[in-house]
Amino acid sequence: MKNFNSLGFTLVMATASVMSSLSYAGAEDDPLLSYVAIDQLEKGLESDDPISFSFQAWVGYDMDKIWLKTSGEYQNSDDQDLEVQALYSHAVAPYWDMQMGVRRDIKPSPSRDWLVLGFQGLAPYFFDIDGAFFVGEKGQTSIRLSIEQEWLITQKLILTPEFEMNAYGKSDDELSMGAGLTDINAGLRLKYEITRKFAPYIGIDWSKKLGATADLARDNGDSINNSQFVIGVTAWF
Amino acid sequence: MTVFKPSHEEQNKSSSGTVLSRRQFVFGASAMLALTTIPFSKNALASAIGQSLTQLSGKVFDLSIDYKTVNFTGTPARATVINQLFPGPLLRWKEGETVTLRVKNNLDHDSSLHWHGMILPTEMDGVPGLSFAGIKPGETFEYKFPVKQSGTYWYHSHSGFQEQTGVYGAIVIDPKEADPVVFDREHVIMLSDWSDEAPETIYANLKKQSDYYNYSERTMSDLFSDIKKQGLVNTWRARSMWNQERMSDRDISDVTGATYTYLMNGNPPAQPWQALFKQGEKVRLRFINSSAMTIFDVRIPGLKMTVVASDGQNVQPVTIDEFRIGVAETYDVIVEPKMEDAYCIFVQSIDRSGYTVGNFTSDEMFTAKIPDMDPMPILGHGDMGMNMEGMDHSKMAMGSDSMSGMEGMDHSKMAMGSDAMSGMEGMEGMDHSKMAMGSDSMSGMEGMDHSKMAMGSGSMAGMEGMDHSKMAMGSGSMAGMEGMDHSKMAMGSGSMTGMEGMDLSQPSMVMPTLGLAGYGSDNEIKHLDSENGPQVDMQSGMPQSGLNDPGIGLRDHQANYNRKVLTYADLKGLHPTHDKRQPTREIQLHLTGNMNRYMWSINGINFADSAPLELAYNERVRITLVNDTMMIHPMHLHGVWSELETGDPDYIPRKHTVMVQPGSKISYLVTADALGQWAYHCHLLYHMPGMFRKVVIK
Repeated sequence: MKNFNSLGFTLVMATASVMSSLSYAGAEDDPLLSYVAIDQLEKGLESDDPISFSFQAWVGYDMDKIWLKTSGEYQNSDDQDLEVQALYSHAVAPYWDMQMGVRRDIKPSPSRDWLVLGFQGLAPYFFDIDGAFFVGEKGQTSIRLSIEQEWLITQKLILTPEFEMNAYGKSDDELSMGAGLTDINAGLRLKYEITRKFAPYIGIDWSKKLGATADLARDNGDSINNSQFVIGVTAWF
Repeated sequence: MTVFKPSHEEQNKSSSGTVLSRRQFVFGASAMLALTTIPFSKNALASAIGQSLTQLSGKVFDLSIDYKTVNFTGTPARATVINQLFPGPLLRWKEGETVTLRVKNNLDHDSSLHWHGMILPTEMDGVPGLSFAGIKPGETFEYKFPVKQSGTYWYHSHSGFQEQTGVYGAIVIDPKEADPVVFDREHVIMLSDWSDEAPETIYANLKKQSDYYNYSERTMSDLFSDIKKQGLVNTWRARSMWNQERMSDRDISDVTGATYTYLMNGNPPAQPWQALFKQGEKVRLRFINSSAMTIFDVRIPGLKMTVVASDGQNVQPVTIDEFRIGVAETYDVIVEPKMEDAYCIFVQSIDRSGYTVGNFTSDEMFTAKIPDMDPMPILGHGDMGMNMEGMDHSKMAMGSDSMSGMEGMDHSKMAMGSDAMSGMEGMEGMDHSKMAMGSDSMSGMEGMDHSKMAMGSGSMAGMEGMDHSKMAMGSGSMAGMEGMDHSKMAMGSGSMTGMEGMDLSQPSMVMPTLGLAGYGSDNEIKHLDSENGPQVDMQSGMPQSGLNDPGIGLRDHQANYNRKVLTYADLKGLHPTHDKRQPTREIQLHLTGNMNRYMWSINGINFADSAPLELAYNERVRITLVNDTMMIHPMHLHGVWSELETGDPDYIPRKHTVMVQPGSKISYLVTADALGQWAYHCHLLYHMPGMFRKVVIK
């Protein structure tokens, strides 16, 4: 399964590079475009803090896109997370895309597969929202909601508060997930856009396990709260 | 084809027999000045044309489109150019002659040249897919057409994004008859925008992040200063509509000085173009905006400008201090420098992200001071089609109840949802004189207490210039306005002529369904079902007329700087209206888009999915454009004139490109006297692929 991790990375990066090399013709109204974004690639400041990342990529047209999302965390070979989503994204409202597809949680083991029905877009007051409903094997269900905003301190110095929460329909003992709200995560990152497409940042990231999941973590001797200072980069092309 | 070297004889010939007509031209010029202009002095001839544009004149022209490395920014970049010139050669034609233009395409892609604003046969119009198949790499296409007009025009590629990379040039056509405009010297001033980035990259960047080039967004310090000035509550209220609509009031230009270098005759501001004059001369400046995306504001500090032509067509002279020139528009102005001095031809982009300059001087040793740019415009609610700027709900009997009583207004379709309406409480001083009241909205406003509206007699007096012929007052709507005292309305006589036969004392008025020619549209604004969907982010609920509006960023220039700014209402044709027929029908087109997705369309339908707009041969039709976006769209109709209805039916000015202000509407008349297929589109290059229609006249 260790190989799967690097395979996952390779797949994502290979897809990304293929997509970014796609070209388009002249003054077409709706050319085939591709987009690869490293939303977060960061390391905690303490030496034993994990490296974590969140990437997304799409290829497609104004209304319809194939969308890949992947995120993960690497602490050590025994403690890592990696998930990949492959979605079809369709514009359904001026600011909203509906997304459906599949998700695989490659790490931790055992892996889990899900069907995804999500929505992504911009809510009033400029909240970037990514929400999804997941239906897994054996009738497991889960929801996730991510909210993010950008506060411009200057045109290039941008503070980004973000919030994410996850919930499970029923417990998954193998993965130490309890039914109900499993965890919340909040972050505050300050980036400086050297160009529109590249910005280093510093930030703080805080997460907390909740409810039954927190109980399971306590039983395993794992921490419930986790906070760290991070340094990272965000980029797109 | 020869490089133009005007000989004394030629010029004398062209000026002979013109003395009378020139003097007849009422210009506000003294007889003294008129005398000094005739005949042309020898010195004026020597430098009649600006230094940098290379002029070609004659009847037969060989043009080639090639790649060329240019350097405007310190970094070499590849441009596409005509005859190795950037901008391309200035073509000088003579009205009444037939010109032949052999255009060779040496690019790797198809190319074309479109003669912008020329009235010509459809197959000579140069639009690939409509007029012809385009010019394939290595091939030559021969354009040949009679020149039936005179004035200042331009030409450009209509293929791909080649217009951005330099395939454009100026056209000046000398009139067959004596020129009614008197001048001693002329300069062509071609404005444009250059980017080292490939246009396809710019377009892709905008699709991925629509504010990619906007480095003037609101910041937290703006927020704090607003809170300091207005308090937390008022700031929250003022911001709430923008926040709820997910729109930016700083969204002025899609592509800005962040990537553009603004050029004057191909010169960046670091190396200003220089134009000479002699003290006391009347100098004709022919401004052409050949930008891909940039609307400019033009002024020459210290000099009044007298506008004598727009889009090549003579207009009644109007003296101003500043004018806005949309992409593809042309303006001819006359300036008369009275002193030996240097003046700055100052051309700032509408979003103030950059400028270009020319040094207009009596002596090559003089250099004019470059002024500071004006503050960046900030959009108001009116620019979203809601003229609720400073709306005071406390004075209006428009509580939540009465709002629901405004049945005729479809709030769900307004740019503001019902939520947003509640957020508008406390906006101060709503100016109803600026509200474009559609018939629906008026009839639906029965429940409103007019005496409490900012529409008392006092404010009515402030409605000067309000053109009631343009108010869509149906019989129903007037019935609802019984309480209004029309005798106190200060309606100019000009607008009254449009209301002949109307009896204001009658509570019920009957008006023709189509407004009279010259006065614009009376019709209600109807949004189509095709405007609903992910491709459209806004609909103007109450679009006001863009006619009297100097436009965003210029509205306070009269008050703040004592500068008179040209508006479209100032444009009246010099020559009587050619076609005096009334329009037999009206076509209402909505300019639509989704800024965030960077999608542009007409009536919510992009070009690829659209059906052609059909006009019957020789019909007289009114086109009303409603701007359901927050951007200005310079709309260009090929093949026929756009006769802008500026309030005088006898002198309707003819244009080829008409700016439609954000959240506003404007009307023009068209005589469909040119058979064939024509393009009709927004001339902002990156809006054009979607905001485009094929027009078929048959």
